[in-house]
Amino acid sequence: MDRAKLSFFRISRSKLSGDFIFEAVIGFFALGIIILAFLLFRELFIGSALSRDIFGVGFLTSSTWDPVAEVFGALPFIFGTLVSSFLALIIAVPFSLGIAIFLSELAPEKLRTPLSFIIELLAAIPSVIIGLWGIFILAPFIRDYLAPPLSTYLGFLPLFQGPMYGLSMLTGGVILAIMIIPITSSVSREVIMTVPTHQREAALALGATGWETTRIAVLPYARSGIFGAVILGFGRAIGETMAVTMVIGNSPRISESFFSPSYTMASVIANEFVEATSKIYISSLIEIGFLLLVISFIINIAARILVWKLLKVEGGGAT
Amino acid sequence: MKWNKRKIIDRVMSVLTASCVAIAIIPLLSILYTVTINGISAINLDFLTQIPKPVGEPGGGLGNAIEGTFIVVGIACLIGLPVGILAGVYLSEYGENRFGRIVSFVADVLTGTPSIVAGMFGYTFIVLYFGSFSAIAGGVALSVLMIPIVTRTTEESLRLVPGSIKEASLALGIPKWKTTLYIVINTARSGIITGVLLSIARISGETAPLLFTSFGNMFWANGLDKPISTMPVQIYTYAITPFPEWHAKAWGGALILIILILILNIGVRFVTRKKYGM
Repeated sequence: MDRAKLSFFRISRSKLSGDFIFEAVIGFFALGIIILAFLLFRELFIGSALSRDIFGVGFLTSSTWDPVAEVFGALPFIFGTLVSSFLALIIAVPFSLGIAIFLSELAPEKLRTPLSFIIELLAAIPSVIIGLWGIFILAPFIRDYLAPPLSTYLGFLPLFQGPMYGLSMLTGGVILAIMIIPITSSVSREVIMTVPTHQREAALALGATGWETTRIAVLPYARSGIFGAVILGFGRAIGETMAVTMVIGNSPRISESFFSPSYTMASVIANEFVEATSKIYISSLIEIGFLLLVISFIINIAARILVWKLLKVEGGGAT
Repeated sequence: MKWNKRKIIDRVMSVLTASCVAIAIIPLLSILYTVTINGISAINLDFLTQIPKPVGEPGGGLGNAIEGTFIVVGIACLIGLPVGILAGVYLSEYGENRFGRIVSFVADVLTGTPSIVAGMFGYTFIVLYFGSFSAIAGGVALSVLMIPIVTRTTEESLRLVPGSIKEASLALGIPKWKTTLYIVINTARSGIITGVLLSIARISGETAPLLFTSFGNMFWANGLDKPISTMPVQIYTYAITPFPEWHAKAWGGALILIILILILNIGVRFVTRKKYGM
């Protein structure tokens, strides 16, 4: 009897410790994710200490970027990043919404999966290749076909005045729009698909057409999630580096015209980090990187909360 | 009369939204077309097996960059896959608590890390520490982008495993860790592999994290602690020069890279389609 009892306990004890060890080991790897996030912030925070000490808050509001005199202000880059990303949103949001509505509500069932696969394939193309295409195809196209009508018809606005170089804020905005359409449209589509079927059926039963159902019953329901998708796209646009660097012209001037070259936070890091020789130069660039990290974290947190809330409530508790 | 107007609006909106899809596909087609047309004439055996030659000299290729991309992505996988997959397993099987939810949220937010920031991290964390650009630094920077993607896809595919399978195993007296390791992971295997392949496709094309970590090299790789050439960086270097013959090489490199990435992406879709018979 004792023997049986003993072996019973031995087995159960070994089971217990096996489970404990396994959970501890993989829990440690899960902790690795938190450590990684912490290290990202820590490294860039420490790296930018020198620049924060010397320039303080003025770093954000000064538009002087002079590596020779070692005076640095990030305003032109913050301006370039924000304006190019907003421009991208203005172009991309209507398209993304149209795509999401078509692929979730209006398109024939058979076309939905292949078409959304093709749209998402665009997100798989490496940024540097989109940039290469941007330099040789998109920039000349915008210079020759898009800019002239804009300056003819909207030339009274300062936004569309001045000479058009191929590499400009406008080209940067368009290429960003192309790059964020896949994520904005696919997240919007996911959100729209979580709208309960009975919402649609109620509208259809009242005699609404397909579009009316979408407008009355589906879109209001999905509004906050779509807003989250848009913010997610904005986050992508802000952090996007290579393609923008290759087409935006890289000139640290604040100009009110979309036709002039500009510069973004990510681009200035990509272009100047390797050449930066003095400590304060490197530190200033790291501070820009730190700002970029903080902004994109805040944006992503906001977007996730908006999208998650919807997916959680109506997605049947996926988490 | 009213009925007709509503019908017409319905049709118009269908056409409008459909044209959004059509217009969004144009850049993709244009990119694939121009890369193929311009790239195909640059590619030959030398292009795949030689190292770059100075400007003005004909010939030369991207052999070392192809080699370097495999090495750097390999290093990223060595770091990123164990962390990503095991963290994903934890989140799905043991993550129903406060800690699990926080990790899951942080992983989700980390997927939005700007790639240039990952490069900067590789620089301050590895390059400054060892005092030189290196293949390892490049791999570390890429793994920063890879880990959250693999974690989330692993978590999601494990969650699809039916509870009844786990319960059947547990009811046989098999401990939870063995059930997770041999039953759950096995069942979700194709989903995990899909996530892994897609994350590899994603990071193989990344340029920004490599600019100041693995840097670049005009010769064959000579050690993991030395600067190394990679395809995306080499394409970028060639693209921004004023020399047409180097532009041709950039297109050639772009074609090879795009083929690799599309094979991974489309291949994955076919494998998963077959499996589930969709």
